[in-house]
Amino acid sequence: MADTNGKKGIILRSFKAAFPYTIPIFAGFWFLGLAYGIYMNVSGFSFVYPMIMSLVIFGGSLEFITVTMLLSPFAPIQALIISLMVQSRHLFYGISMLDRFKGMGWKKFYLIFGMCDETFSINYTANIPDGADKGWFMFFVTLLNHFYWVSGATIGGLAGGLFQFDTTGIEFVMTAMFVVIFLSQWEKEKTHDSAFIGIGASVICLIIFGADSFMIPTMILIMAALTIFRKPLKMRLAAEKGEKSA
Amino acid sequence: MTLTEQVITIAMCAAGTMATRFIPFLVFRESRETPDYIRYLGNALPLAIFGMLVVYCLKDVSFVSGSHGLPEAIGIIITVLSYKWKHSMLLSIAGGTAVYMILLHLL
Repeated sequence: MADTNGKKGIILRSFKAAFPYTIPIFAGFWFLGLAYGIYMNVSGFSFVYPMIMSLVIFGGSLEFITVTMLLSPFAPIQALIISLMVQSRHLFYGISMLDRFKGMGWKKFYLIFGMCDETFSINYTANIPDGADKGWFMFFVTLLNHFYWVSGATIGGLAGGLFQFDTTGIEFVMTAMFVVIFLSQWEKEKTHDSAFIGIGASVICLIIFGADSFMIPTMILIMAALTIFRKPLKMRLAAEKGEKSA
Repeated sequence: MTLTEQVITIAMCAAGTMATRFIPFLVFRESRETPDYIRYLGNALPLAIFGMLVVYCLKDVSFVSGSHGLPEAIGIIITVLSYKWKHSMLLSIAGGTAVYMILLHLL
């Protein structure tokens, strides 16, 4: 019999708790990763490129943009600036995870390294069952998602245009997942002001700035709104948690 | 582009990404107390972020051409209602996606 109460037992239980949460990501990342690998393949790159890029960048939308960069004249500073702009939303994830990643030891580096949209969303909202360890749970969510993305991109890069089955619309799995995560967080919180701020700011900026450049104005608007309404929002958040407002 | 230039370009993209992920943790170290304002943001931001990510997923949907965003709207409604009903993340994601894929073929 395996030692189910020792460290191995905790790790195994954490893995078993984490895996179901990552199944939708598996579907979404394999689809997107394959598409990305195929795109690199038909753009004339060896599978080594999507494999390494998905491993070290691990950020879907930017990796598609990087393909364009690699096909353009060399412009490293511009590459850095575009990366910072496209990925700036991760700053929000870090701020939200500051307390939750405390005391994670060696795992902390990898948890931060692999914190893509999907991993952050699961790690922030998931109910981690008793008997599982928070650190290992988040570690496995991060590792599994990273693995799905890298394997999908590599297979796509190897297979190129060989894939012919009809998967039109499978990318909706990501939209559905974020809707469900939004709902579960909505149900956890009694005050929904920041939900309205997030959706409102996104829609307003999407209309004004268009699909390609609305994210940064959206983030600035969210920050501004949360800062301006800090006092009333903070009181409602504190009241909800049953804490005394500091 | 030479191989070296390609490596630098990829490294720049990785560095930019990692900067955005690591900066909050480098600025607010574990050893020090997180400032009150940042702690407040950490609590208030996530729901706003999840709302933003939903809109981000739908950013390329056109309401004036094609299927007018109808498959997306119905897919989301199915996802929401099934989640309200069963509270199963997997069921709602699979159900919403399946309905969306079928609608794309029908409409």
